[in-house]
Amino acid sequence: MTFVTTSADQAVAGIRDGSMVLIGGFGMAGMPVTLIDALIRQGAKDLTVVSNNAGNGYTGLAALLAKERVRKIICSYPRQIDSWVFNELYREKKIELEVVPQGTLAERMRAGGAGIGAFYCPTGVGTPLADGKEIRTIDGVDYVLELPIKGDVALVGAYLGDPRGNLVFRKTARNFGPVMATAASTTIAEVHGMLPLGGLDPEVIVTPGIYVDRILDLQRSPLEASEAVS
Amino acid sequence: MTIEHLDRGPLDKIELAAVIARDIPQGAYVNLGIGQPTLVADHLSEDAGVVLHTENGMLGMGRAAVGDEIDQDLINAGKIPVTEAPGAAYFHHADSFAMMRGGHLDVCVLGAFQVSQRGDLANWHTGEPGAIPAVGGAMDLATGARQVFVMMTLFAKDGTPKLVPECTYPLTGVGCVSRVYTDVGTFQIGRDGVLVLETYGVSLPALQERLAVPLG
Repeated sequence: MTFVTTSADQAVAGIRDGSMVLIGGFGMAGMPVTLIDALIRQGAKDLTVVSNNAGNGYTGLAALLAKERVRKIICSYPRQIDSWVFNELYREKKIELEVVPQGTLAERMRAGGAGIGAFYCPTGVGTPLADGKEIRTIDGVDYVLELPIKGDVALVGAYLGDPRGNLVFRKTARNFGPVMATAASTTIAEVHGMLPLGGLDPEVIVTPGIYVDRILDLQRSPLEASEAVS
Repeated sequence: MTIEHLDRGPLDKIELAAVIARDIPQGAYVNLGIGQPTLVADHLSEDAGVVLHTENGMLGMGRAAVGDEIDQDLINAGKIPVTEAPGAAYFHHADSFAMMRGGHLDVCVLGAFQVSQRGDLANWHTGEPGAIPAVGGAMDLATGARQVFVMMTLFAKDGTPKLVPECTYPLTGVGCVSRVYTDVGTFQIGRDGVLVLETYGVSLPALQERLAVPLG
């Protein structure tokens, strides 16, 4: 059963210190800013965060980092023109960084959500990011063994949801959301609006509700929302 | 056989983008890396039917968005707002990189710090102490695209060559680069070494004098 709420604080209740938290978004597109703000209020600390970037500006993930609640970040591209908060924490050695190629990051979570124990991936062979990892040659091609990532919690930004937890996304804001939704024990999605049961065309649902535990309904322009799927 | 363009100077970055666009096959699926490679898009004619991929989950990426078109949910890998071309499709990140690794992407165009004579690519990290490593999709593209085109200046600002016998910067991918497009020459990298396709504003012997890589 998916729990639907309009309270961001309810949506993030119970996230424990030390959790592995998967946070969707590519830059700000698809970033679940309302859920992250609620997580900051909720107070969980000593977190490991998995996200493509390490925060932009001073909002969203950057704000969580600024509160020093994150012990380690696993991401592909921390250094950006506006990643001031991360840069400073990293230089002061207040945050641990694991850099993972972007596709490997996605695939490790896909594996985590799909019950795959590990996989051989060609990306990164012969580079420093394969140091210390098992290399295996299959049909003349070298691969590096990559382990799955499983989160305790995933926070994702979607477009519309329904009471079953089914989700659709919008344009390139989809990015990591559907993969992260599969890879966490508790998946929490913030959506612009909700449609009644049956309101989402089953043919276009991107994330089936089986993966979604809680939905935060942001109640943004419901008319526009329903037009978007008709 | 090298074509030497001696009646002109080096290519500027716009001209270089046009040269690369000329070599992209009709109907190809192409990923243009962040920064200068995005300029290649301006020189792809609609008739060519090239479909642009952006690794944050889209095929059929259109031009940069302006005015009312700007939508923060529709961005490219450089996080710049873009538009949809007709026939565009969205997908999630695991699918986006599966299509790269799976050999479905025909060409990617990337910038580089260094390329070795065997086609090793270094473009993600200077390895300097204190530099924050950030790889993004560079390794996935280098390994996954069927052809990797590099777009760069042949010499760094201090005059050192960027086409080298061995990369000294940390690698992005091993033996992955097929073509190197630079301001003063274009190069094909293959089993037999580095073949100079064209030079701009410099003769082949003069170019060879400045590079430690044997040129064919």
